[in-house]
Amino acid sequence: MAEALPPYLMKDAERIANVARSYGLDFYDTIFQILDYDELNMVAAYGGFPTRYPHWRFGMEYEALAKSYQFGLSKIYEMVINTNPSYAYLMKGNTDMDQRLVMAHVYGHVDFFKHNVYFAHTNRKMVDEMANHATRVRRTVDKIGIERVEDFIDACLSIENLIDRHSVGIKRRRDKRGEFETPDDSVLVPAKMKAKSYMDKFINPKEFLDAQQKKIDDDRRKARRFPEEPVRDVMLFLLENAPLEAWEQDILEIVRDEAYYFSPQGMTKICNEGYASYWHSKLMTQHILTPNEFIDYADHHSGTLASSSGRLNPYKLGIELLRDIEDRWNKGKFGKDYDECRDMVELKMWDKKLGLGREKIFEVRKLHNDVTLIDEFLTPEFAINQKLFTYDYNKNTNSYEIRDREFQKVKQRLLFMLTNHGQPFIRVIDGNFENRGELLLQHQHEGIDLDPDYCKDTLRNLHAIWRRPVNIETAGEGKRLLLSFDGKDYKEKELSQMQLL
Amino acid sequence: MSLKIEQDHNRFKQIIKGRIKRELRKYMSKGEMIGKKGKDLVSIPLPQIDLPHFKYGTRKTGGVGQGEGQSGQSIGQGDPEDGDGHGHAGNLPGHHIEEVDITLEELAQILGEELELPNILPKGRKNVQATKDKYNGITRAGPESLRHFKRTYKQALRREISSGTYNPARPIIPTREDKRYRSWKEIPAPERNAVIIYVMDVSGSMGDEQKEIVRIESFWIDTWLRHQYGGIDSRYIIHDATAKEVDSDTFYKTRESGGTLISSAYKLAAKLIEQSYPADEWNTYVFHFSDGDNWSGNDTAECMKILETRVLPKVNLFCYGQVESEYGSGQFYGELEEYFGAKENLTLSKIEDKDAIYQSIKDFLGKGK
Repeated sequence: MAEALPPYLMKDAERIANVARSYGLDFYDTIFQILDYDELNMVAAYGGFPTRYPHWRFGMEYEALAKSYQFGLSKIYEMVINTNPSYAYLMKGNTDMDQRLVMAHVYGHVDFFKHNVYFAHTNRKMVDEMANHATRVRRTVDKIGIERVEDFIDACLSIENLIDRHSVGIKRRRDKRGEFETPDDSVLVPAKMKAKSYMDKFINPKEFLDAQQKKIDDDRRKARRFPEEPVRDVMLFLLENAPLEAWEQDILEIVRDEAYYFSPQGMTKICNEGYASYWHSKLMTQHILTPNEFIDYADHHSGTLASSSGRLNPYKLGIELLRDIEDRWNKGKFGKDYDECRDMVELKMWDKKLGLGREKIFEVRKLHNDVTLIDEFLTPEFAINQKLFTYDYNKNTNSYEIRDREFQKVKQRLLFMLTNHGQPFIRVIDGNFENRGELLLQHQHEGIDLDPDYCKDTLRNLHAIWRRPVNIETAGEGKRLLLSFDGKDYKEKELSQMQLL
Repeated sequence: MSLKIEQDHNRFKQIIKGRIKRELRKYMSKGEMIGKKGKDLVSIPLPQIDLPHFKYGTRKTGGVGQGEGQSGQSIGQGDPEDGDGHGHAGNLPGHHIEEVDITLEELAQILGEELELPNILPKGRKNVQATKDKYNGITRAGPESLRHFKRTYKQALRREISSGTYNPARPIIPTREDKRYRSWKEIPAPERNAVIIYVMDVSGSMGDEQKEIVRIESFWIDTWLRHQYGGIDSRYIIHDATAKEVDSDTFYKTRESGGTLISSAYKLAAKLIEQSYPADEWNTYVFHFSDGDNWSGNDTAECMKILETRVLPKVNLFCYGQVESEYGSGQFYGELEEYFGAKENLTLSKIEDKDAIYQSIKDFLGKGK
């Protein structure tokens, strides 16, 4: 199984770590291990962990990785997990230059894990946690049987994306403690200010009282709704309210925990890969490489950053954006003066010699995810230099075609793709729909329909968890729709635009 | 060393094969099985299962890309698993289905492994053992026609130099002792000649879809058998009410119409075998694809007779694959089954749709005949 680094690579790791620290990088202890390709494929299939709960999809990932390695299509160079200490894996048989490149890259990632605010909540002992999950699921399998457990895991994975990615940083729910439960039958009227009778209608005007009364009534109605406010964390809602057996609850919780653990990595793909690439390039080219390694390094580095057939490569976009930021802050290309300057020549020559670039990069790694990064730092000049374009699907030719290169559209599209990890926004509106204990979800339609087949099958899986009919309000081809699954049949109902649910 | 993930991997493979959790198979993405590129390269799709979740319909979503190009220029065909399900910016490398170029030889090995096909034992190895002469030795005596000129010359040169009579100005003259001759060894080589006779029903009821199935299936059968035998002859017969031999191109492309007399094809196949492929020298395979709708009971009876007396005794394997079609009655399958029961070198298989090809190949070749 995993081997420790041979002493000479250990020395290299130490050297690279020291150079990285001298630039101000600050990372958890990083433990490098060497795996052969088979083990590496396995660990990669497990999402970087040595052990996961039993499930076929890991086998699927493994097969894809193993096959594409065997046929020489791709190989994994680097893998690192967000834990403290951090574990990183190197592939046995790679050249020493490759190993050093990977180490430099890994230190970038670990620094990012440690400091980026979106990772702040993640469990840094996830290796143990994953192993615990595995044990819990295995124990359940022994009791219940693999078939039922796996089917239930499938159902949970099917709604894995219905989490509230930002809930870890925001207080979404009102703290109920210290509030009185008002009995339902009492009559509530707005409190009146004390006033003599002839002054009463001035001190307590009717309009005000009516408004107050309405507010009270609304609050009451809301309180009767369940949940009170729409819930984005659908998994949590189900965990707390679905009639699950203990083992099912356990599994749903595991799947949810892991989804939250992996979520920030999905949210920071561009930042994180860009940041790590930025550092490996800096460390390698300026400190580590020997002259005879340059060609191999360049080959490998450009392979990582290549974007094939017009596709966007997060490594490439990330590193270019960071370099652009560094350059702009070094030269002071920001702020009111710069924004208001209309002289193209002056803009181009702009250099206030501020030298704030490095500092800004560290700030970006601390505060940004992909959405905010693009939102704040994507400039028209950058989009032109990087030849960004939007593309659309053309039904007539069955192909994707370049649409245009207009900055606003590129940016908008990019943000749309990244927001909520490119997933539709779906929340729980009602847990007692039609007063029959049915579940009602709402898709906040943003102009793109849900995939109808997937939608149906997901409803089926939701039903397996909720055990009562499940409904989702969405839209299709411009019409408001209510899709339902009652355990046997699917129903599709068109809603009028105004109808409240 | 076995890896921990083996268990998950096996489970996945079983799901793909449809042994367990059949309901998941509908989420399986699969490309076409044949993708013959260039001379003998083929693309192998990796089966992937995508669990359903609420997601945007992929086709309508565009995206952002990077690179050269005019507005309106195509950057890729639709539907290749775009968006990779995670909605990352563009497609990440290595996350979508890869198409792999491999050679037919590798493909056949994979096929054998995937389908757990047994290797074919050449028929009657002992009887068919032929000897082959291989010229790989040298002797001092032999017929002049086999004289090895270079060796002889070398030998003469060597003699002259060692005896000191060598004179560059004069020609070298080999004596009797210098002469060397080629010699041969008899090497017993099992003859592994095989012939595949494909027979297809092209009557009106066989539509394009049916032909597609036949095309895919015979491609895979061909690949496997070619892997097993050194040289292979392929013969193609198409039939409706009459049968004729055609080349492979015609075989796959023809669409005839009219009635069906299966016996006509069997007669022709039997004739081919009798004339060109004697059973003691050839491994003969006959694959017949039809929708199972024969014209009359009389003809069916005749088919049975021909099969029993003229075909089955002489072939390694006779396979009948019945392709489901809207029009065909599909009786022929039952009649074969009834008449022959479980006969060792007769295999029947029903192919309902493309998905069934897999099982059908297994039925046909799984016996290792």
